[in-house]
Amino acid sequence: MRQKMWLFCLCTILAVSIVWGVPKMAHAKEDTIKVGILHSLSGTMAISETSLKDVALMAIEEINQNGGLLGKKIEPIVVDPASNWPLFAEKARELLEKHKVAVVFGCWTSVSRKSVLPVFEELNGLLFYPVQYEGEECSYNVFYTGAAPNQQAIPAVEYLMSEDGGGAKRFVLLGTDYVYPRTTNKILRAFLHSKGISDEDILEMYTPFGHSDYQTIVAKIKKFAASKPTAVISTINGDSNVPFYKELANQGIKAEDIPVIAFSVGEEELRGIDTKPLVGHLAAWNYFMSIDSKENKEFIKKWKAYVKKHNLPGGDKRVTNDPMEATYIGINMWAQAVRQAGTTDVDAVRQAMGYQQFKAPSGYEIRMDPKNHHLHKPVFIGEIREDGQFDIVWQTPGPIRAEPWSRYIPDSAKKVADWTYPWVCGNCEKPKYK
Amino acid sequence: MKYYKNTTIVIILIGLLLQLFAVNVNAAPTTNMELSQALAGLGAKSRKKIINSVKKLGQIGDPAAIPALEALQERKLRADANGRIYIINDDGTSAKEALTGETYTGAIDDLYTPIINNRVRRVIKTVLARLKLKSSDPEVRLLAAKHLAKNPREDASKEIQTALEKETNDEVREALALALALTQIDSPRKDQRLQTIKTIAESGNLKFIPLLKGVLAKDSTGNFIEPDAEVRKAASKAIKAIKRHMLLISTIRNLFYGLSLGSVLLLAALGLAITFGLMGVINMAHGEMLMLGAYSTYIIQEIFKNFLPGLFEWYIIASIPVAFIVPAVVGMILERTIIRHLYGRPLETLLATWGISLMLIQTVRLIFGAQNVEVSNPSWLSGGFQITQGLLLTNNRISIILFAVFVVFLVWLLLNRTPLGLMVRAVTQSRSTASAMGILTSRIDMWTFGLGSGIAGLGGLALSQIGNVGPELGQSYIVDSFMVVVLGGVGKIAGTVFGAFGLGIINKFLEPFTGAVLGKIFVLVFIILFIQKRPQGIFALKGRLADG
Repeated sequence: MRQKMWLFCLCTILAVSIVWGVPKMAHAKEDTIKVGILHSLSGTMAISETSLKDVALMAIEEINQNGGLLGKKIEPIVVDPASNWPLFAEKARELLEKHKVAVVFGCWTSVSRKSVLPVFEELNGLLFYPVQYEGEECSYNVFYTGAAPNQQAIPAVEYLMSEDGGGAKRFVLLGTDYVYPRTTNKILRAFLHSKGISDEDILEMYTPFGHSDYQTIVAKIKKFAASKPTAVISTINGDSNVPFYKELANQGIKAEDIPVIAFSVGEEELRGIDTKPLVGHLAAWNYFMSIDSKENKEFIKKWKAYVKKHNLPGGDKRVTNDPMEATYIGINMWAQAVRQAGTTDVDAVRQAMGYQQFKAPSGYEIRMDPKNHHLHKPVFIGEIREDGQFDIVWQTPGPIRAEPWSRYIPDSAKKVADWTYPWVCGNCEKPKYK
Repeated sequence: MKYYKNTTIVIILIGLLLQLFAVNVNAAPTTNMELSQALAGLGAKSRKKIINSVKKLGQIGDPAAIPALEALQERKLRADANGRIYIINDDGTSAKEALTGETYTGAIDDLYTPIINNRVRRVIKTVLARLKLKSSDPEVRLLAAKHLAKNPREDASKEIQTALEKETNDEVREALALALALTQIDSPRKDQRLQTIKTIAESGNLKFIPLLKGVLAKDSTGNFIEPDAEVRKAASKAIKAIKRHMLLISTIRNLFYGLSLGSVLLLAALGLAITFGLMGVINMAHGEMLMLGAYSTYIIQEIFKNFLPGLFEWYIIASIPVAFIVPAVVGMILERTIIRHLYGRPLETLLATWGISLMLIQTVRLIFGAQNVEVSNPSWLSGGFQITQGLLLTNNRISIILFAVFVVFLVWLLLNRTPLGLMVRAVTQSRSTASAMGILTSRIDMWTFGLGSGIAGLGGLALSQIGNVGPELGQSYIVDSFMVVVLGGVGKIAGTVFGAFGLGIINKFLEPFTGAVLGKIFVLVFIILFIQKRPQGIFALKGRLADG
């Protein structure tokens, strides 16, 4: 009996090593540029991050089909940090030290970014971060392709205060209790003060992760909104959005009475939702799938073809969204910078990244800011439609520059984000020169 | 002189001509022209033009514009290149001209869809309400009157007045009277102002407090803006009355919210009360049984959507047995293959069931994908009804409370009124005695575990109606479930019922003061203290049973 067991184990190990080893050996002969992809493929964040991995692989496949980079093919190394924040740091280290990747595309939540940051700074790696975030950060080793608060939250609030947005005089800041909502709301509160809105007209509320009982909160919003036109600014995280919107609709609150603008609800999140109660509510992003531009049509066509070719789960129901666009821009800009620098060396590529331009799916010529490592992006405000897409009701005339350090927080307003020569600092108050 | 005379004649002639023309403008066919012009404006590309046309339609006041406005609201309005507007049917296969009803012959995809935002929607709603005041259906009139009362506009007061005079339905009259009163708070007549305040006080609506406070306000010199002391007194009395009313309402509301949260907790925990409470299995896979129940509901929904679209509204009824049977069968298989080997070894059971839960999550993720799936509420489970001003009970919450009562009754019936229940209770009380009496204890274990899993599945069905359905659904409820069962007292179904409702109500009365995050922490602290004081929970098994 025991012998049989051993035999079985041996066979399994042998089989596994053959399956794993053969393609690796075959690959080893070819000279490739390795690129790391660090997105959760399991755990709570898998819902959002899986499609970023897919779109990254699509962009890489596209570059390879067009002859690769510097005469070599790009080889993606996909790892799964499993929505586990410390594991993000371990996997980042593995990518940089073991696989020696030239660049990493990854992370979604701010916690995961904060957890990998020391690793990238210690090993001088390069990270492209594709998601809108709370700002208050500017690392030498990161390029931020998502929106900073002034490229999403601030324009959204300005829209709500305008006549078109309903002329809101009172604001409910509602969020899940963690770093992104807390920081964003801190900035928004300071911004609202600067617009002459007093504290009694701001109601700030937080819920725990995975909160699903919004009865009291909705009743409170209703009471708060009784006297003046009110808007809700929601930084509620992923899953809790459905019970919140359902409760709103059931208690008879329509978007035209109290509009809710969300910063983390996009096409992908709406896919698993009964959208009827959400119609008319708003979202602010730098890209929507419904944008009518030549580049976007092409982007969607490529994505649909990729999904079909690789038979990805979800099939033709798969959509594109803002972080996917940001990932796509990031990879293409990095490839441009590598071509320009003639090498994948991190320092050379970082130099070449500044002023890099790319005609993005949003239809705008997007530019990388050499000083603060953020993209200049246009801002769109969309109203949710019944089919899970957005009607664009407002947009900025063109791309706007990111402000990683918010001017509305006194401590941050003093800080400078400038990584160009002769500065050597992106997050300090006093100048440091080379 | 002659010259002047001539001019006068010319002027008179021109005046007469103009008069004639003016008469013509007022005549019916040209009004129709005006109407169709305003309607054409609805298909404009600029939202400003749309708003102006909507307002114009409100001034014209012709109910013929109602279908087009409603179509615009629902994204069913289309415009062609010549500015004619069409309304498409529900499935978007054909379009009809908005006024004449002619069928559109070209390709529907070529038509332009005017895009509106919330601002336009607000204007449309008010205009629709004004147009609908003339409807023959009292319910439509009531809705319109209520909307006008919510958004008082002085320029509508005349229309409301005429509508009120003609109105026969009492409910509509009441709403109209409120709407009219609100437009008259600044009236120069004292009796009208007093009447307004009286009507507002009767409505009991918190929304009007700022309006009443405005009556009491002083101007910059310290004099009251409202000159009459009697009116001021009435206003302050009205404020007090409304506040009293609201306090009562908010207490009732918190109680209802507490009951509804409690019933959600109860449905989530009831299955565990059987597997953990009665059998003593620390079942970490309980959350996944909830998840399987929710996914069963999803599958039934999809079947109804594809094969029985006519009965779609009732899919939820059909999913009740399925959401019970699927997790029950899975539970029984698990019990037979794994858990029965681990009885009496709590640590191993804990680890094994946790492993099972991970496997179930991953299996579901492989089959259905990591994305949440869409489970929609049937329309009879959406919305709510207003008991009085400020107290709105939502249909899905009421149904969940009723469903929880139904499931508890079912469990009680099964345990206390069936031979299976008798045997289950016997095995729980003393396994060896029951065995000596000829009961096949291992088979009873299987049935009990199946029952617990099935009840959990029913909980999952209820949860699918209020939240997300995804592979991780169960994870967020497992801690709450254990909390409820431990607080209620292990081994007693009644304890679970009391534990769930107690926690729900405490939570909901705390939340308005502490916020959701702190509220949850307080509840946890409360449970820890309670368990310190009374480790056996609210309901304890007494005597020898407690040791078994």
